[in-house]
Amino acid sequence: MEQALSSARKAPPKGFDTGRMLSVFWQITKAGLVLAFLGWLIWRGIDAMDYRWQWFRVQPFFYRVIDGEIIWGPLVRGLIMTLQIASIAGVLAVLIGFVTALARMSGSFAGRIIATVYLEAIRNTPLLVQLFLVYFVLAPIIGLDRFWAGVLCLALFEGSFAAEIIRGGLRGVDRGQYEAADAVGMSTADKYRYIIIPQSLPLILPPLTGLLISTIKHSAIVSVIALAELTTQGLNLVSNTFMAFEVWFIVAGMYLALTVTLSFAVTLFEWYLNKSDR
Amino acid sequence: MTETSERPLVEISGLCKWYGEFSALYDINMNVARGEKVVICGPSGSGKSTLIRCINQLEEHQQGTLLVDGKEVRPGMKGIEQIRRDVGMVFQSFNLFPHMTVLDNLVLGPVRNLGMSRTKARELAMGYLEKVRIAEQAGKYPPQLSGGQQQRVAIARALCMQPKIMLFDEPTSALDPEMIAGVLDVMEALARDGMTMIVVTHEMGFARRVADRVVFMDEGEIVEVATPEEFFTAPKTDRAAQFLSQLLAH
Repeated sequence: MEQALSSARKAPPKGFDTGRMLSVFWQITKAGLVLAFLGWLIWRGIDAMDYRWQWFRVQPFFYRVIDGEIIWGPLVRGLIMTLQIASIAGVLAVLIGFVTALARMSGSFAGRIIATVYLEAIRNTPLLVQLFLVYFVLAPIIGLDRFWAGVLCLALFEGSFAAEIIRGGLRGVDRGQYEAADAVGMSTADKYRYIIIPQSLPLILPPLTGLLISTIKHSAIVSVIALAELTTQGLNLVSNTFMAFEVWFIVAGMYLALTVTLSFAVTLFEWYLNKSDR
Repeated sequence: MTETSERPLVEISGLCKWYGEFSALYDINMNVARGEKVVICGPSGSGKSTLIRCINQLEEHQQGTLLVDGKEVRPGMKGIEQIRRDVGMVFQSFNLFPHMTVLDNLVLGPVRNLGMSRTKARELAMGYLEKVRIAEQAGKYPPQLSGGQQQRVAIARALCMQPKIMLFDEPTSALDPEMIAGVLDVMEALARDGMTMIVVTHEMGFARRVADRVVFMDEGEIVEVATPEEFFTAPKTDRAAQFLSQLLAH
C-alpha cells in the first residue's frame, strides 16, 4: 500500500525538451547576427577612415623590461591608482553610509536634518561640480592634496547611495527584533551591533558590493583634476601617441575586466548567502 | 516592613494613549501588587496589548502616570533600559534572535546589560532552559525549533534578566493547538514560584487556574475587574457577558 502511494507521488521524469532547446538556439543566433552586423559596420567605418592600427606599439604602455627589470608602464600604474582610489573611497563610503543611515533613523532631530541635507545636496548636484567644489574650494581650506580631494569627493558621492542601501537593509529587519532587543533592556548601540546589523547584512551586502563596482567606474571622473589614475593615463597616452582607438579600447577593456570580475565574485557571494539561508 | 515592599510593583493612573485621533487607551487605572497574577482579556483591538506595551515603553503613553517599582516611567525618558531590565516580556511571535543559538539568545542580555561574566551567564541560562524543559536544544538556532519550543526559549530569555515582573502578550495565540499546553505549563510553574505576572490571553482555563484578578477591557477602557471565579460565572457587565459567550461559542 505504502509502496503504491510513494510511486504514484513521484514527480514525472524530466525528458529532453527539444522544442525548448531549439528556441534557445534561435535566440542565440539572432543575438549573434545583430552583433556581427554592428561589428561589420564599425569595421567598415574604420576602414573608410584609413585608420592606421598600431597594436605593436601597445606593449610598453603596460610594462617594459630594462636590464632584466620590469618597469610598469602608465596603464598598469593607472590601474593601481584607480584601485587605490576606489577601495579607499569605497570603505569611506560604507562608513559614511552607516553613519548617515543611523542618523536618519535616530530620534535626534539634528541628526536627521544633517543627514537629509547631505543626501539631498549630493544627489541633486552633478558629480563633476561636487569634484570642483571639493578640489578648488574645500581642499585649499582644509589643506587636502589632489589624491585625498578626489577620494573624499567620491566617498561623499557614493556614501549617499550607500546610506539608502543600508537604511533599506536596517528597515528590512523585522520590527519584532527591535522590540525584543528593547524589551531585554539593550542600549541602542548594542541593539544595532548584536541584533539589527548582523541580520541586515544579507540584505545590505549584495547591493553594497554593486555600489563598490560603480565606485570603480565613477573614479574615472577624478581625471579632470589630473589624478594619475587609469583614465588620466589614457588621456596622456593619446595626446603623446595619437593612438586614440587602441588606447581607449584597452582602457575600456581594463575597466570591463575589473568590473566583470568583481560582479562575478558578487554573484558567487550572493549564491553563497542564499545557500546558507536554506 | 518598609513602604517599598508593600507598594504595588506597577502603578498606573489616568493613563491615556491616542493614535492620531483614535483613542487607544483611555483613563486606565490599575495597580499590580508584588507576586500578583493579572490576566487581561477582551476583544481584539480593545487595547490589551497596547496597555502592557506601555509598561516597558514599547508604546509611549501621552497622559497619566505609570510607575514600575516606584520609579516613574515617562515617554522618551533617558534610562528606560534600566526599567526594561526589570520587566521581562514575552511576545506573541516569540521574536527570538534567529542568527544566534538558543544559549546565546539567553546569555546576551545578562552579559551586556547586567555585566555578568559569560560563564556565570551560561550557568544561569542553562538553569532556566532546564526549567522550561528545553536544555537539550541549547546549541540549536531558533528557526530549527517548533513554535512551542521557541516560545519556551523566549520565556527563559526574559527570565535570564531576573526581572521583577513578567509581561506576556498573547503568548499562545501564534501556536498550534498541541504546542499550547507546554507553554502554559511553564507559565503556571512560574506563577507558583511567585513571579509577578501580567498576561494578555484568551486561555480561560489558564486564567481560572492562575489569575488573582481578571481585567476585562473593551474599546481602550477597563470595563470590569473581578476574580476569575466571579468573572467567568457571573460577569457584572453586559459587554463582558457578551464577550464570554462569544468565546465559549467556539
